[in-house]
Amino acid sequence: MFALIDVNPADLGAARMQMALSLGWHIVIACLGVGMPAITLLAEWRGHRTGDVHYRLLARRWARALGVLFAVGAVSGTILSFEMGLLWPGLMGVYGEVIGLPFALEGIAFFIEAIFLGIYLYAWDRLPPVAHLLSGIPIVLAGVASAFFVVTANAWMQQPTGFDMRNGRIVAVDPWAAMFNPATPPQTTHMILAAFMVAGYGMASVYAVAMLRGRRDRYHRLGLLLPLTVAAIVTPVQIGVGDWAARFVADNQPVKLAAMEGVFETQRGVPLHLGGIAVDGELRYALEIPYGLSLLAHWKPDAEIIGLNHTPPADRPPVNVVHWAFQIMVGLGFALLALAAWLAVTWRRRRDLPDSPWFPRAVAVSGVAAVLALEAGWVVTEVGRQPWIVYGVLRTAQAVNPAPGLVYGFVLVTAVYLVLTVATVYVLRRLARDVPVPIAPQERDVTDYRVT
Amino acid sequence: MPLPEIMIAVMWIGLTAYALFGGADFGGGIWDLLAGGAVSGQRQRALVEHSIGPVWEANHVWLIFVIVLMWTGIPSVFAAVASTLYIPLTLAALGIIGRGAAFAFRKVSTELWQRRLFGATFAFSSVATPFFLGTAAGAIASGRVPPGIARGDLVGSWLNPTSLVAGALAVGTAAYLASVYLARDAQRTGDAALTEAFRNRALGCGIVVGALSAAGLLVLRADAPALFTELTTGRAMPLLLLSVAAGLASLALLWNRSYLAVRLTAALAVTGLLWGWGVGQYPTLLPGVMLREAAATSTVLAATLGALAVGALLLLPSLWWLYATFQREHTAPPKS
Ligand code: HDD
Ligand code: HEM
Ligand code: HEM
Repeated sequence: MFALIDVNPADLGAARMQMALSLGWHIVIACLGVGMPAITLLAEWRGHRTGDVHYRLLARRWARALGVLFAVGAVSGTILSFEMGLLWPGLMGVYGEVIGLPFALEGIAFFIEAIFLGIYLYAWDRLPPVAHLLSGIPIVLAGVASAFFVVTANAWMQQPTGFDMRNGRIVAVDPWAAMFNPATPPQTTHMILAAFMVAGYGMASVYAVAMLRGRRDRYHRLGLLLPLTVAAIVTPVQIGVGDWAARFVADNQPVKLAAMEGVFETQRGVPLHLGGIAVDGELRYALEIPYGLSLLAHWKPDAEIIGLNHTPPADRPPVNVVHWAFQIMVGLGFALLALAAWLAVTWRRRRDLPDSPWFPRAVAVSGVAAVLALEAGWVVTEVGRQPWIVYGVLRTAQAVNPAPGLVYGFVLVTAVYLVLTVATVYVLRRLARDVPVPIAPQERDVTDYRVT
Repeated sequence: MPLPEIMIAVMWIGLTAYALFGGADFGGGIWDLLAGGAVSGQRQRALVEHSIGPVWEANHVWLIFVIVLMWTGIPSVFAAVASTLYIPLTLAALGIIGRGAAFAFRKVSTELWQRRLFGATFAFSSVATPFFLGTAAGAIASGRVPPGIARGDLVGSWLNPTSLVAGALAVGTAAYLASVYLARDAQRTGDAALTEAFRNRALGCGIVVGALSAAGLLVLRADAPALFTELTTGRAMPLLLLSVAAGLASLALLWNRSYLAVRLTAALAVTGLLWGWGVGQYPTLLPGVMLREAAATSTVLAATLGALAVGALLLLPSLWWLYATFQREHTAPPKS
């Protein structure tokens, strides 16, 4: 077995928890940063086309929230870049150059995003409407591009390609091959769609809550309908892409697949397991769908699935965490599909939202559900890759910073994130309750000052 | 120039941009802290908020740019620095969270207690962040970060004379740049009293920063003799002289109330200091580690630099549009 050379297990655990906390936090804001600008532009465009003042108000209101979200996204993302080195010097010191290119490209995307966000927010009323709309488009493109770039780096950690090692040193790198590794297409697509789902369902939830409190005017209905429509369109596609991601895992990361499904013995014609807990090397109390897994993973009822027993225990990820995270993601994905179908059917029939009081209730929780699915998906990906930080190449324990005291850093960071969470939620709630925005989001800040 | 040198030069340009723009944003926070009571300091805080608002995120990206370029271009050095200096860097990172988030929160808050709370967080983290970043720079400059992972003294590496002077210098420089920029901004709004206030601060700050730099040189002589020699008699001497000359010119220009010109000379003084350090230390990055050994493979450097060059083609017109939009006289009255 691999020896943990003077790395304190508590420090390793703290580093992993800290990384998971800051990534799990950033990703929620990042999804809003990717999805919200597009939905906001859509509202602004509808407002411009139809002259409907409600759309225009919605766009301004959302832009105001975007200003806050981008700031929080930028700082929480910066921490991540620090943490890559503070916590995982063993990874970055050797492989930093292999995954550097997508991060450099991401930096360009961030610049574009920040520049056009400055224009979009602060020059709302001083640009003609069409120019203003156009100034929003680079924000959308750059947001999607930065999600793409950063996930390629993660995909490389799942499927490391594009480099040659000799005696523990990198001797040759093909940065483009590393970036476009085999895991990149399914993972990036799945992630970008997830961002639109989180933003769409999340924004719709806010208005669903307002409707439950009796505010059912046109403003609130549009605020619910527009983001919900976007999310509902994305949902079925996302499930298809999820299936693609799963088949990719089945082919390339068999240990992860076995953990996702709780398969211990290698066999043919494996059933799909719903629920259950892994105890002592077997999955108990699970509902089995015969041949399900073999069919889903390889399209053949008698396809072979490699079990966990194939791998030494030290090289296996924690089964219950991965298995349950996967179940949660898939379950929530189908629940959201049902919601989307409900909207679609009612809308086709009578061009209106469903009447049932259960509809706004369901929409109100859909935002939370999408975020949970997102986090669960990342737990599958990241915990399922353990004990490797770079799959099959470098172990997490070899990558961690061996300096003592990481636990205290973790405690401090957790405290800061707690405060940050409370403050963010508080400020966003206040923004949502404020009087309708009179002039453009940040414009007053500029017009108060004469520019000479 | 060979690729490793180009890469490190590009990185240093990024660092300079971060010091000049991002640094001034921190400085704005420092003046926010010192602006006085909620009512009496209101004008100053509004000016700071107005000046930083549309640009701080773009300015902040320079830091990310430097970090990313560091792990791409000189990965083992990045790992050594981050692992040995993880205490000050964690504190700087937390300061960055506090600064950015609190600034954005304050902007949208209306009640006084909220504005005070977020304002205080914004202001305190604006002091802490440059200080800790400065101590980290001092640790590298004085050769206290050995190669390898977490090989250096976790505390002594950044709590030492050079680091402390560098930390103080970073805070002072940030405040100095901000007061210089803000004096001109205040002048443009036509507020004479505010302009005078920032002029006086810039003068005071300039003298303090000059004295700190001199003290820093003395500390370097004892603490990092090699760098000291390069700065005072070697390759880096012209840059040091440039910095001193620009600093003195800035004082004169401030005295004369030439607020536009002083922006340039103040920036030049800081640039001279940074490049003096860089040139003085080149080609040694860490004790016993030369740039050529630490640099990434040439395919990586070529791809990254190429990508950045293409990116610059996109960025320059965009930046031009950003500044042009906010410099133009606006005619459209606010409509709802
Ligand atoms: C709104 C969010 C959301 C929803 C509804 C789904 N997923 Fe997902 N899933 C993600 C959000 C997500 C994610 C958080 O974005 C992940 C983590 C890493 C990644 O690339 O995407 C992910 C990862 C992920 C992985 C692991 C990929 C890897 O480790 O390389 C698989 C196999 C699936 N998903 C499969 C599915 C299936 C079959 C779904 C059908 C219902 C599904 N996902 C719905
Ligand atoms: C933003 C969405 C992401 C989430 C929610 C997420 C989640 C997690 C979690 C839960 C862990 C801890 C795993 C464990 O210790 O068992 C982890 C570890 C890690 N992740 Fe991710 N991840 C995300 C994206 C990324 C990306 C894009 C990268 C790389 C560029 C990345 C790099 C890492 C690293 C370096 C670790 C630490 C080493 C390890 O524990 O394996 N993650 N992440
Ligand atoms: C799947 C995971 C991730 C996605 C989709 C994502 C996406 C984004 C997006 C869209 C933004 C800008 C929008 C906003 O600020 O709200 C952002 C900001 C940022 N992200 Fe992430 N990110 C992810 C993970 C990471 C990781 C792992 C790192 C670093 C290692 C990182 C570093 C940053 C930085 C530095 C910023 C700030 C940029 C700025 O100043 O504007 N992100 N991210």
